[in-house]
Amino acid sequence: MANHSAGAPVRYRTFIALVSAGFRRYSTYRQATLAGLFTNVLFGFMRTYVLLAVVGRQAAGYDARQIVTYVWVSQGLIATVGLWGELGLADRIRTGDVVADLLRPVPPVFAYLAADLGRAGFAALVRFVGPVLVGALAFDLRWPQRPATYPLFVVSAVLATVISFGCRYLTEAAAYWLLDARGPRIVWALCSNALTGLVFPLSFLPGRVAAVLWTATPFPWLLQAPADVVVERHSAGGALVLVAGQAGWAGLMLAVAGYAQRLGTRRLVVQGG
Amino acid sequence: MIETAGLRKEFVVSAKVGKLRRERRVVAAVDGIDLRVERGETLGYLGPNGAGKSTTLKMLTGVLTPTAGRISVCGLTPVPQRTQLARRIGVVFGQRSQLWWDLPLRDSFDLLRHIYRVPAPEHAGRLAECVELLDLGPLLPVPVRQLSLGQRMRGELTAALLHRPEVLFLDEPTIGLDVVSKQAVREFLTQLGRRGDTTLILTTHDLADIERLCRRLVIVDHGRVVHDGTAEELHSRYGSRRRVVVDLDEPLAEPVTLPGVALESAEGLRLTYQLVDGTNAGALVARLAAAASLRDLAVVEPAIEDVIARLYARGATG
Amino acid sequence: MVETYLHLLRATVRAQSQYRLSFAVDAVGTSFGVLLDVVSVLVFFRVTRSLAGFPFREAFLMASLATFGFALADLVAGNVDLLRFNVRTGRLDALLVRPLGVLPQLLVLDFAPRRLGRVVESLVVYAVGLGYAGVGWSPARALLAVLAPLSGGVLYGALFVAFGSVAFWWIESAEFANGFTYGGRDFAAYPLTVYSGLFRRLFGYGLGFAFVSYYPALALLGRADPLHGPDWLGWCAPLVAIAAALAAGGVWRLGVRHYRSTGS
Repeated sequence: MANHSAGAPVRYRTFIALVSAGFRRYSTYRQATLAGLFTNVLFGFMRTYVLLAVVGRQAAGYDARQIVTYVWVSQGLIATVGLWGELGLADRIRTGDVVADLLRPVPPVFAYLAADLGRAGFAALVRFVGPVLVGALAFDLRWPQRPATYPLFVVSAVLATVISFGCRYLTEAAAYWLLDARGPRIVWALCSNALTGLVFPLSFLPGRVAAVLWTATPFPWLLQAPADVVVERHSAGGALVLVAGQAGWAGLMLAVAGYAQRLGTRRLVVQGG
Repeated sequence: MIETAGLRKEFVVSAKVGKLRRERRVVAAVDGIDLRVERGETLGYLGPNGAGKSTTLKMLTGVLTPTAGRISVCGLTPVPQRTQLARRIGVVFGQRSQLWWDLPLRDSFDLLRHIYRVPAPEHAGRLAECVELLDLGPLLPVPVRQLSLGQRMRGELTAALLHRPEVLFLDEPTIGLDVVSKQAVREFLTQLGRRGDTTLILTTHDLADIERLCRRLVIVDHGRVVHDGTAEELHSRYGSRRRVVVDLDEPLAEPVTLPGVALESAEGLRLTYQLVDGTNAGALVARLAAAASLRDLAVVEPAIEDVIARLYARGATG
Repeated sequence: MVETYLHLLRATVRAQSQYRLSFAVDAVGTSFGVLLDVVSVLVFFRVTRSLAGFPFREAFLMASLATFGFALADLVAGNVDLLRFNVRTGRLDALLVRPLGVLPQLLVLDFAPRRLGRVVESLVVYAVGLGYAGVGWSPARALLAVLAPLSGGVLYGALFVAFGSVAFWWIESAEFANGFTYGGRDFAAYPLTVYSGLFRRLFGYGLGFAFVSYYPALALLGRADPLHGPDWLGWCAPLVAIAAALAAGGVWRLGVRHYRSTGS
């Protein structure tokens, strides 16, 4: 009985330990971090100029300051949310190392999520703060006017990371069936580029297309949702609805990832790796 | 065939000092190596990990640019005349493949013919020779990725020899191979060395390679040559000693002493003597036989491992 | 010499053709990717009627020119970004001991035929762009219409090589290099007038991206430069490309000399 009641705190501590291990691991990749930061800043400048030319004073629900802020925040979110990051699951499935993950007392989805949140934490400090700082120095950014926007944005960014994690986990878990995850990865790279609001906010698209993307796919919830929260494109209530929607997607993606992992494990066990 | 003078290669390494600071240090992986190798020689290049063996080999083959010093291989300077040199040398890196992973072994050999522009008849002759010696026939239609490491290494050796190189460089050619494959590779290289038209330079960890193949031994440590000569010279120079081990039927009445002989250990009825610098075993054996009845007697040659281990240990402390 | 590389190229294709499924998936995936910067121009013009002074047909010509030039470069030199992998696995050592140039060997051995799809697609897009833009054709303009994407291809190829070589010094520089290559493609996909200040000078003139699409398109359209550049700038693209190629060759050679092989 005593063991039972101690279960929850131990799990919590395991989770925190895994998160901090992920944080530390990514803090050692200095070269790659620097290279990525540089590229985010470069694209930040480019997209700022381009979207300013498109939006002018005001268009598609954004004014000039909002669109500039949107660009720099979304550049900062790329690495934080981990849009193009690999979890390493596909490689471990291909090499068979994944068996070691299954032998651990923590479920794989739980362990990988913890590590990815640690990674996101480090990325937030460098790869989010960096571009936003440069953007603020070079352009006139629009800071949130409602104090509640700040905490709401943090929640939104964390949820976006979880959704992105779920998507990437699914992409890589495809390796249980396809041997490698090249195909799904290409599809993911494509969608994460075009459909998340990175190149253009989805409000630029015809209304019906945008509506389908928002309701039927997780993509807009990864980047456009947190960016819209921070530029206060919607009312306070609208922002809350946005974050609630993210929470729904996060839960759904985690559940699907967990289900895929169970199927994958069964397949692994049946076929003997 | 090969000549180096004052060959040196420095690397800048940055190491973490404390939590955030990093320190950049210049480390000489090769620190002034003078080497002269004649045509047809077989030379074993030996040293612990990080001693600068591979770095030297890579400078000799034109892969790395030396920081200082002079090199001449086949009368050419490796880096500026890299492609000219490449036609005249063969290189086998134990852990880097020259073969096309996804294609049949035969295709790799055919591609190398085009790369080195070897006339077809000459290529065919050379290939037939290697196929015979290394027993490659059944492997030719097999994609390289399906070959075992030992089979692949036989393919690599062939690949390096098809253009009839004057010098063959081998970097750890037997690493990771099973006993049988090691034997096959050594056997082949011994034959190649004996023919005398190819100069062989090999680096290795495996002393058995050296003992089987090389008359000349170059030992490097911390980027410097610590020995250049035969294995016998190594023993005499570093005072490695032959031993006489005797098992007696009864204890000695009084200890046997002779100039040049030292008692190393006595365990019950087994006595071990060291023979210092060229002392003969004969006198000692005669004295022992006179003093007690011998059950068994053995003269133990010094093991090259021991000498080299001592050499490295000295380098580490010195 | 050329014959040797053709043999190598055939071997590469033969090796890759063994992985049929991967190949098919890659080909389909990459062919969608190419359209994104062209599609983005279409999307932008839903929101605005002119992009920094250029109507849709003109902006579309610029985007198609940049995409086609980039696809050409990506086919030939895009695989330089695998240099990091080649350095880390020591494969570069194996290539350095062969009597052939290292750069051409790398380009041939890592050649990705799937990128051909992009070239064909972007060529179609470019043809549409040319037709739709309403070019007043003359022999000179026809020549420019051919030279411009080729020059753009050479310029992008040079950047692939130059920034790819950075991996000799800075092994994890892939994303840094992407900033200039893929970044350069996106930069040139939109009219130069979109940008301003130091950014425009650095990328447009410093790295030469203004000569990929903007100036050749102006010359093809017979339009005066809103930035008051002379008319002959559109014809400078080949010169810029050659200069970039020479510079890239220098950086590459410097990198090879600096190369520090890994491991044993």
